Amino acid sequence: MRPSDAGVSDDHTDRAARPRVRIQAEPSSRSAPEVALGDRGPLLERAAVFDIRDMAVAYGTKRALDWTTLKIYRNLVTAVIGPSGCGKSTFIRSLNRMNDSVPGFSLSGQVLYHGHDVYARATNRVEVRRRIGMVFQKPNPFPKSIYDNVAWAPRNLGLKTDLDARVERALRRAALWDEVKDRLRVSALSLSGGQQQRLCIARAIAVEPDVLLLDEPASALDPVATALIEELMHELKSRYTIVIVTHNMQQAARVADRTAFFSLDSTGSERVGTLVEYNDTETIFSRPADPRTRDYVTGRFG
Amino acid sequence: MLSEMDPTAPLTPSGNLRRRIAVSRLMTAAAIASAVIAVAALAIVVFAVASRGAPAISLGFLTHDPPQFGGPGGGIASAIVGTTLIVAIAAAMATPLGVLTALYLSEYARPRSRAAQMIRMALDLMQGLPSIIVGVVVFGLIVNPEHRESGFAGSVALAIIMLPLIARSGQEVLLLVPQNLREAADALGVRRWRSILGIVLPSALPGIVTGTILSIARAAGETAPLLILSGLFMPGTTFNLFGQAVPNIPMLIFNASEAADPTGFARAWGAALVLLVIILIANIGARVLLARSRARMSG
Repeated sequence: MRPSDAGVSDDHTDRAARPRVRIQAEPSSRSAPEVALGDRGPLLERAAVFDIRDMAVAYGTKRALDWTTLKIYRNLVTAVIGPSGCGKSTFIRSLNRMNDSVPGFSLSGQVLYHGHDVYARATNRVEVRRRIGMVFQKPNPFPKSIYDNVAWAPRNLGLKTDLDARVERALRRAALWDEVKDRLRVSALSLSGGQQQRLCIARAIAVEPDVLLLDEPASALDPVATALIEELMHELKSRYTIVIVTHNMQQAARVADRTAFFSLDSTGSERVGTLVEYNDTETIFSRPADPRTRDYVTGRFG
Repeated sequence: MLSEMDPTAPLTPSGNLRRRIAVSRLMTAAAIASAVIAVAALAIVVFAVASRGAPAISLGFLTHDPPQFGGPGGGIASAIVGTTLIVAIAAAMATPLGVLTALYLSEYARPRSRAAQMIRMALDLMQGLPSIIVGVVVFGLIVNPEHRESGFAGSVALAIIMLPLIARSGQEVLLLVPQNLREAADALGVRRWRSILGIVLPSALPGIVTGTILSIARAAGETAPLLILSGLFMPGTTFNLFGQAVPNIPMLIFNASEAADPTGFARAWGAALVLLVIILIANIGARVLLARSRARMSG
């Protein structure tokens, strides 16, 4: 079943209503639509960072994610929720080509990032990841000092001027500076799990990406550290576009502006991840259009 | 069975538990005994070499060349210099090649690809190659065309022996570097080679250094290729590896233990002790360096 049949109520993004030319012109004009489409409600004032069209992913012969079409908007937090194995991680990792190294990975459809095809032949995946940063489920700091963890990528990308200031800025934005400012030369492995995860966020934003992808960033953390990370996301979305995968529905309700619900679609014996519903978080949690969404968010998922 | 068990019976072994306890004790004892024997073998070798070699050691033994035409007296200075040179050149050739091969296998090649499988198999075959064969081949390729024995040819032979050891042990430790560190580096938009240089290699360094030191230890004691390549009759101390035989410790041990005069044996034991100590110092030195660099990093 395709999401379009399954009641995906992404009615704000009626593609047919928008002239194609407009989409083609979008890449250079991240702020242009605000003028052009200002009378169509608040959401459309935002530029779409990702325009994902009919994306399907398979590993070898195993289909992992079926036709997914959705747009991710600038400076919003978009949550991706759903049961285990529904393709949440596959989805988010396909946005910055982290799946390329997975044997057998294949993707059809299009992932347009500011209008540029992420999977085009001329696209370089190092450049993609440079602009689309990622934070993983398990904190994975490098076995280096706190300072070097943050400074390593900027150094390698040639952003060497005022490195100290850059490191401080990143650590401040990740709400970690006050805790580590007196021990920047100490190994990052001496930090607590929650601190390590914020360090990973600082490391990701030190290269000033455009988008931050967070793959269950708080699932390995205690509630206090989780609250800190969630608070952080509210701060960060003014600067970055954030996509967060979470299996914690309360978390999605707390942090996200938009929520996409993925589920497993059983076609015959194969169970394939599929996008069921994508809408404002409030709508998803209070007036979901699809019964499967309702079952899941009310905890009646079987 | 279970239903017949009386839960109120005393908690002493019953049924076949006695036999199972006996078997368990036997296996534990066998494992401990094997470990003791292995260490004992090493202790016996070290003790034998040290006790018989020590009387030969003196400052003169370390700083003088052996007498030009055999006979008693003299030292083994020329052999120490020669072995150090030959092995150092061999390590300088084999280490970068071996580490890069390991990097190819673990970081670039797809693990199941035919190329990677073939390279792995070739390296394993190389590890099992008798050193005399390596010696003969290098003799045919380098020494024969020039009609001159050379220490450099010995270095080439030793490098061929070291290469698979470094590459395979390097690959094993690179595989132990957590995948999530590579992902973290990739996700930052840093180029692969930079990630390898900055993140992967430093994490694997202890293992790579250990593998390299072990291969150096193995090469330093290798006699067969040097027998063919570096000649039985050796000049005094030399720093020239080309176009002439270069004295070295394994050859000296071989010659001295075959010598007609009774002091030859003593000299052979002394040289053996020197070789053992050189390898030990290299090993400990590398470990100290590593411990120091690791202490800096593990909070």
